[in-house]
Amino acid sequence: MSTVRRLYGPKGWIALGLAAVLIAVLPFMMSSYWVTLAGKIMCYAIVAIAMDLVWGYCGILSLGHGLFFALGGYAMGMYLMRQIGREGQYQSDLPDFMVFLDWRELPWQWWMSDQFWWAMLLVVAVPGLLAFAFGYAAFRSRVKGVYFSIITQALTFAAMLLFFRNATGFGGNNGFTDFKRILGFSVAAPETRMALFMITGAALLGTLLLARWIVTSKLGRVLAAIRDAETRAAFCGYNTVHYKVAVFTLSAVLSGIAGALYVPQVGIINPSEMSPANSIEIAIWVALGGRGTLIGPVIGAGAVNGAKSFFTQAFPEYWLFFLGAIFILATLFLPQGIAGLARKLRKAGTA
Amino acid sequence: MSASAIAANDSGTLGRIHTGELDTTHGAVLYLEDISVSFDGFKALNKLSLSIDVGELRCVIGPNGAGKTTMMDVITGRTRPDEGSAYFGQTIDLTRMTEAEIAHAGIGRKFQKPTIFENHSAFENLELAMKADKRVRRALFARLSGAERERIAETLRLIRLLDAAGRAAGLLSHGQKQWLEIGMLLMQEPRLLLLDEPVAGMSDDETERTAELFLSLAGKHSLVVVEHDMAFIAKIARQVTVLHEGSVLAEGPMAEVQADPRVIEVYLGR
Repeated sequence: MSTVRRLYGPKGWIALGLAAVLIAVLPFMMSSYWVTLAGKIMCYAIVAIAMDLVWGYCGILSLGHGLFFALGGYAMGMYLMRQIGREGQYQSDLPDFMVFLDWRELPWQWWMSDQFWWAMLLVVAVPGLLAFAFGYAAFRSRVKGVYFSIITQALTFAAMLLFFRNATGFGGNNGFTDFKRILGFSVAAPETRMALFMITGAALLGTLLLARWIVTSKLGRVLAAIRDAETRAAFCGYNTVHYKVAVFTLSAVLSGIAGALYVPQVGIINPSEMSPANSIEIAIWVALGGRGTLIGPVIGAGAVNGAKSFFTQAFPEYWLFFLGAIFILATLFLPQGIAGLARKLRKAGTA
Repeated sequence: MSASAIAANDSGTLGRIHTGELDTTHGAVLYLEDISVSFDGFKALNKLSLSIDVGELRCVIGPNGAGKTTMMDVITGRTRPDEGSAYFGQTIDLTRMTEAEIAHAGIGRKFQKPTIFENHSAFENLELAMKADKRVRRALFARLSGAERERIAETLRLIRLLDAAGRAAGLLSHGQKQWLEIGMLLMQEPRLLLLDEPVAGMSDDETERTAELFLSLAGKHSLVVVEHDMAFIAKIARQVTVLHEGSVLAEGPMAEVQADPRVIEVYLGR
């Protein structure tokens, strides 16, 4: 986990360029099923990079990132529910679940929810403000290490219970589904799916570049300094609370954006996205891919979710055993993750 | 740990606060008056009073548990005193400031165990320590100027790490780590340096060079050195303060202090 100073070398830029070309070309060559699956995995990869920024580079293991992802998803979901218009089961202006609950008008949380720009604002503002307030309270009280991880688990669990309630106003345990349109385009149309795939790909590359810019800047070196010796960083004059709150908030915002891209592609969002296990899975992607490497978590998210799609179809009952085994094996034999293994192999090759 | 020992890292102000200029018109850079700190009933400091003059090199000695490290914790904002006042110059009240603010005000601290950033290179360690605007946003856009690079190189030369500039600090020898940490303090351009056992684990040769370095720093900076190595103390000491059970037992030139029967009793036991 040494520090790097350059954004990318020529090889890195070529690889990024190739990735951009693939993102633009692949959807024309894949079936709708694969476009959706790959799009979904790219959303996960964005969360994995966001997680790596706080965990790999600043040493803060958040086990609540699934919550920020879900909040971004819910913010987008509200807009998608309003886009259904009167085409729901009950042909009402209100979303179906509200009619079912016998509500007469939209609750306050749904104010402006038919406006796309407002939904986009919520996508970044809700996870961002929550992470800011929660992070400020926790880091200021010097909550760190495993204690921080536990309270982030509690946070996402509490949020899940809250969202399970019908009275919260977000569809209870069914959440939102049966979306019809986004910005007037049919969500089921292959063209829309391709467009969402490309936007997600662009967001992934953008996230990668932003994260790379941060970790190669002095900010990245300060974050790593806080990770390795927080007291020394404070005595060097860095307000470590501000740094930790900043990176935690940015990470939550990126997760929220990923969630917002995820929902129109998979067509559903419900409170199970906030289950503690989901957040732990995010940590597994990063651990498997390689903490503190950026590209590692992308590979980790892809590998685990690729395997998940295969296993849950071929041997659904064994998936969780397999996931557990991956985590144990990665911890025992790949402490630096897949990226660390690749680095070791490359060194062995040149030596 | 008592609640007072857990100092808040953040006073609620965003960014750097301006604590005013260091005012040393009365000749003293640090005043501690009647400082008391207790941990679960144990009095780590008991009405400790101490004053350090501008440019002075003060050695602080005392048996284990005398309160030397707690005193440094109070000065650097890591521990809040239960009673008493701590002033940096005439006007800066250290008991109300966070660790980062105190560092900005001009107090640098070297820990007992060298604490450096092990995954960063020696160069980067000095870069991070360098006096600068240390707010988050500035860190994202910070670029080293030629003058800053020159300053880092100068410090690397002073601490004899120029050849190891690019090496990860974790790979340096123990003595080199101690020197790197001292270099990091110097990069902060502090007015007052607190050095907790700076020569622990150093070879005789390194200890000798450290003594020379400290003597050359005195005058430009004020130094407070806590050390057990009496040979080292004898080499650099002008004024020596002996702490015992949380307060000052004796103070004066080395020879005088060494001859003091109370000091002999404390060190040799009754």
